[in-house]
Amino acid sequence: MAAVTTPTTPPTSTTTAPSAVRPVRRGFSFGRAAAWTALGLIVLITLLPFYWILRTALSTNAGLNADPADPLPVDLTGSGFERALGLQSADEAIAQGGAGGGLDFWRYLLNSVIVSTLITGCQIFFSAMAAYAFARLRWRGRDKVFGLFLAGLMVPTIFTLLPNFVLIKQLHLVDSLLGIALPSLFMTPFAIFFLRQFFLNIPHEVEEAALLDGAGKVRIFFRVILPMAVTPVLTLSVLTYITSWNDYFWPLMVSYSDGSRVLTVALAIFRAQTPATGVDWSGLTAATLIAALPMLVLFACFARRIVSSIGFTGIK
Amino acid sequence: MTIASSSPPVRRRGDGALAAVFIAPAMLGFLVFLLWPTLRGVYLSFTRFNLLTPAEWVGLDNYVRMVNDPIFWDSLTVTVEYVLINIGVQTTAALAIAVLLQRLTQSSLLRGIVLTPYLMSNVVAGLVWLWILDTQLGIGNEIISALGFDRIPFLADETWAIPTIALINVWRHVGYTALLIFAGLQAIPNDMYEAAKVDGASEWRMFWRVTMPLLRPVLAVVLIMTVIGSFQVFDTVAVTTAGGPANATNVLQYYIYGSAFGRFQFGYASAMSVALLVVLSAITVLQYRLTRAGQSDLG
Repeated sequence: MAAVTTPTTPPTSTTTAPSAVRPVRRGFSFGRAAAWTALGLIVLITLLPFYWILRTALSTNAGLNADPADPLPVDLTGSGFERALGLQSADEAIAQGGAGGGLDFWRYLLNSVIVSTLITGCQIFFSAMAAYAFARLRWRGRDKVFGLFLAGLMVPTIFTLLPNFVLIKQLHLVDSLLGIALPSLFMTPFAIFFLRQFFLNIPHEVEEAALLDGAGKVRIFFRVILPMAVTPVLTLSVLTYITSWNDYFWPLMVSYSDGSRVLTVALAIFRAQTPATGVDWSGLTAATLIAALPMLVLFACFARRIVSSIGFTGIK
Repeated sequence: MTIASSSPPVRRRGDGALAAVFIAPAMLGFLVFLLWPTLRGVYLSFTRFNLLTPAEWVGLDNYVRMVNDPIFWDSLTVTVEYVLINIGVQTTAALAIAVLLQRLTQSSLLRGIVLTPYLMSNVVAGLVWLWILDTQLGIGNEIISALGFDRIPFLADETWAIPTIALINVWRHVGYTALLIFAGLQAIPNDMYEAAKVDGASEWRMFWRVTMPLLRPVLAVVLIMTVIGSFQVFDTVAVTTAGGPANATNVLQYYIYGSAFGRFQFGYASAMSVALLVVLSAITVLQYRLTRAGQSDLG
């Protein structure tokens, strides 16, 4: 489902932000203490699973079996990560409770990076072009075509997956990275809607000035409009990147072999390859961290911007 | 929340040719990967199709079969059960988190923390909790056992599996939903709370008399959006229970996937997809009704 964010107002416009609600400041009260406790509890439930995964990934499988409740890593080791990254021989891996068939998470990491980068780059760029045409160019049928695109928001992505698979198969793109990326490469109605909203708010004077300087509309798009839209484009890009990185269902349909396997699919396979002796929890949690870490880092870089931009677009 | 009006007409020649170039890639994507598959999905639902031989028109056969398929109704029931638990808990928790954040602190660090699980894929979230809730080794069951209760096979028990999966997805999505509601809360003027306070209202009373009535339209949108997302559950089921035990978590999307890619019944799978689409469209219509009905509250 599309992320919902508010287009940030362009720097030159003078819209007033809704006044922030001032936090209530009072002395100690039972209610406030209870409220803070509840919030603390929520933070704990949110974050503790991450610690537990790290602790497990740094333990040995034997250690996990012997001491499942130890709050610290049992027999501190990096072997879980070595297994996930294919740095261990099959014998070694089996001896430590892993599966013999080595999965190479470097490769899946690279595949995920390629697919997500391709989708984000192309989708945002093409959507921005279309959004510009809808917001700033004058042509016949503009509003009708835009209405058609908006109607596309009503079709849940999941409905298009099966027919899109049939199409990708007919194009002989099954089991390729391009096949995974292609359906999301050109646009999403949401991205177009989101960027159009922002472009509409850019004052016409800015463009008029550039026109007077003799700049064409193409030049204006690249030199004036896009630079002014850095913030919303960046926000949208980060959210799109996260969405495509986390996608599982579609890559699962399209990818069959190592060459086109992305992290989410590889993780599920790692889980399914459970050795007879029991799940390789140490290796599996290490792989989970490898899959999750890039998004955590990405988010850490843009957190403030993203957090404050989640809101409503006015889609009703 | 209003849609800005389109640019004022300027008396100059149109940009038809340029617009065609700018719109071309998006139009291609729209036609080929959105409109065409939508129409084709509906068409395939009236055919017998196994990917290898051309689709063969069979009229309403797939729909007749669907209506008489107990597994279909079972999986629809399981899906609805999942949605009810998932949305019920998630909306309540998200509302609580949003109100706590609004009334206690404006910290964006806290908001960032609350959003963190949303950055994980469903697959990662599923695996994380699969491990924590493992019957023998999971810390969750270690704690339950230490408290003197019997260990609970959360994902291997027919009764527990769906609620457990529903709650795993609450963990992943609640922060995002909370921030959506938080954004709605920001639009409520502070004067309202000041005025209520002057009248001596408690926080509890303010929540029911100020926050809830003014938040209603936002809540309606959030609710419908999350319900639609919730109906599409697949990933978490695929990695934690694979539809089991004994079809207890065979949600609709999982059954559709199995029909298409396990039994190569693309026609039947498409018919079930259409059924899901109808359900989701009905919910969308409901969304319009509800938001229109609730629009007057905040000018």
